[in-house]
Amino acid sequence: MTAPKKEFRVLSATAILGYGFPEASFREGLRRRPHLIGADAGSTDPGPYYLGAGKSFTDRSAVKRDLRFMLTAGIRRGIPVVIGTAGGSGARPHVDWCEAIVREIAAEEKLTFKMAVIYSDMDKARVRRHLRKGEIVPLSCVPPLTEAVLDESVNIVAQMGVEPIRKALAAGCQVVLAGRAYDPAVFAALPITLGYDPGLALHMGKILECAAIAATPGSGADCAFGRLRGDSFVLESPNPKRRFTRVSTAAHTLYEKSDPYHLPGPGGELDLTGCSFTELPGGRVEVRGSRHVGTDRYWVKLEGVRRAGFRTIAVSGTRDPIMIREIDPVLAGVEAQVRDILRAERIEGRIRFHVYGRDGVMGALEPVKTVRGHELGIVIEAVGPTQAAADSACSLARSTLLHYGYPGRISTAGNLALPFSPSDARMGEVYEFSVYHLMPLARPDGFPARTVTVRGGKERK
Amino acid sequence: MRRSILTAATVVRSKNSGPYELTLDILFKDRARFELFRRRGVVTRRRIAALYRRPAADILKIVYFEPSNALKITMRRPIPSGDAGETDIYGAQQHAPLLGLTY
Repeated sequence: MTAPKKEFRVLSATAILGYGFPEASFREGLRRRPHLIGADAGSTDPGPYYLGAGKSFTDRSAVKRDLRFMLTAGIRRGIPVVIGTAGGSGARPHVDWCEAIVREIAAEEKLTFKMAVIYSDMDKARVRRHLRKGEIVPLSCVPPLTEAVLDESVNIVAQMGVEPIRKALAAGCQVVLAGRAYDPAVFAALPITLGYDPGLALHMGKILECAAIAATPGSGADCAFGRLRGDSFVLESPNPKRRFTRVSTAAHTLYEKSDPYHLPGPGGELDLTGCSFTELPGGRVEVRGSRHVGTDRYWVKLEGVRRAGFRTIAVSGTRDPIMIREIDPVLAGVEAQVRDILRAERIEGRIRFHVYGRDGVMGALEPVKTVRGHELGIVIEAVGPTQAAADSACSLARSTLLHYGYPGRISTAGNLALPFSPSDARMGEVYEFSVYHLMPLARPDGFPARTVTVRGGKERK
Repeated sequence: MRRSILTAATVVRSKNSGPYELTLDILFKDRARFELFRRRGVVTRRRIAALYRRPAADILKIVYFEPSNALKITMRRPIPSGDAGETDIYGAQQHAPLLGLTY
């Protein structure tokens, strides 16, 4: 296919839907007449809880604020709006949460449009069939999936590529709300349909998905603008306070990746070995040479979590130099005492101390073994199979540590400074990642989608 | 005389690369410092493993990325993000041992 001569312009609203952007940047982005407005809404970075609990890690009113700008501009100007990994994790409850916000905005702003809602939830039976055929491949450092782990897992999602979004846009949808999606797919789907090079489109999407984080000074709360051409793409900042430089752009190519030259995604990988970054006047950067290399089979990444219990914590600190000197044996003693009592009381629960000033930040990776500070922060963490068990274990650990008698103790009224009353806080469900594997997909566009017409908030099929 | 990494780098950072890997980036001020640092062979699997108290096999990749005068080191997380015993969900505060590097 010959590359189109016209440029394809993309306005990326913000790094994560709900992180915000200055209105002036967005308006300037619109003045540059984008063909697409997009935002990636997701990340696994905030940890396993959000996928498991079906909750967004971003605030509802912040998401609504960003979406209101994007939808009103997009619908009134006839520019498609694409949202990827809706609700932060992209499972059904997250997508439905985001859809409800879209409908509220449509009602309030009296917007009528055709919308596709694409789900990325993966049926366990289907995963199991592939597992039995040996077709579930763990990603680097991930244990192989077993049927037992699969049974325990919840909200398994598959990371879609450009195909389902292309299909929705081809069907004339003005708004696409996608479940778990490869971040660049949000921005690359439409230009790939129009005949632009997939390598360039995806690489541009890869940078735009983090919006102004790739500019300098970087920000997670500002817009970025991309111009895709036949054999290159150009990045620019709609905010005059920022610019793209060769280093900021190339540095972003490293960000959160294992290997900057080879970036795997659904159905293939981006090969950046022949890539060049050239600065243009006006704080712009032109990128050439990005290639997309498809794989024989189309593999997608699955993500899933399982519930590991419930958590209760207490925040505390100590300022006693003798206690600080004795901190390791003190905590070991408390842990043993608590473990014995919990066993005697038949309460299942595990306690752990996060000791700030010792190794609270780096844990096992901490090379500094001596404690030098004049105070230590101690977060008491208890995890149990029920919230009540976690509460009991945390309360017991806190009271035991508070009054624990250690050798040389002269501060006999209490070992801890507790900043809060109540001292113990329920953290709710605890999840852990259980599925982070590749699965082959026979039909890359075969994600279940709903097409709806939103009329001032009222739907007609 | 050996130089501190702090005089050569503009960025030294750590971050998750997915929930199971941790990736460390050093971005150098210019090509000359980047090249000198690379030539000196300061960063090896064994060196990083010792700095982070991990087995050498856990240091997965050491890649020099010329377009941004950068060095990337990817290692296995000691535990996956959010698992029992987690201290840093985002992995964004695991860079400090690199700040003592000299070349």
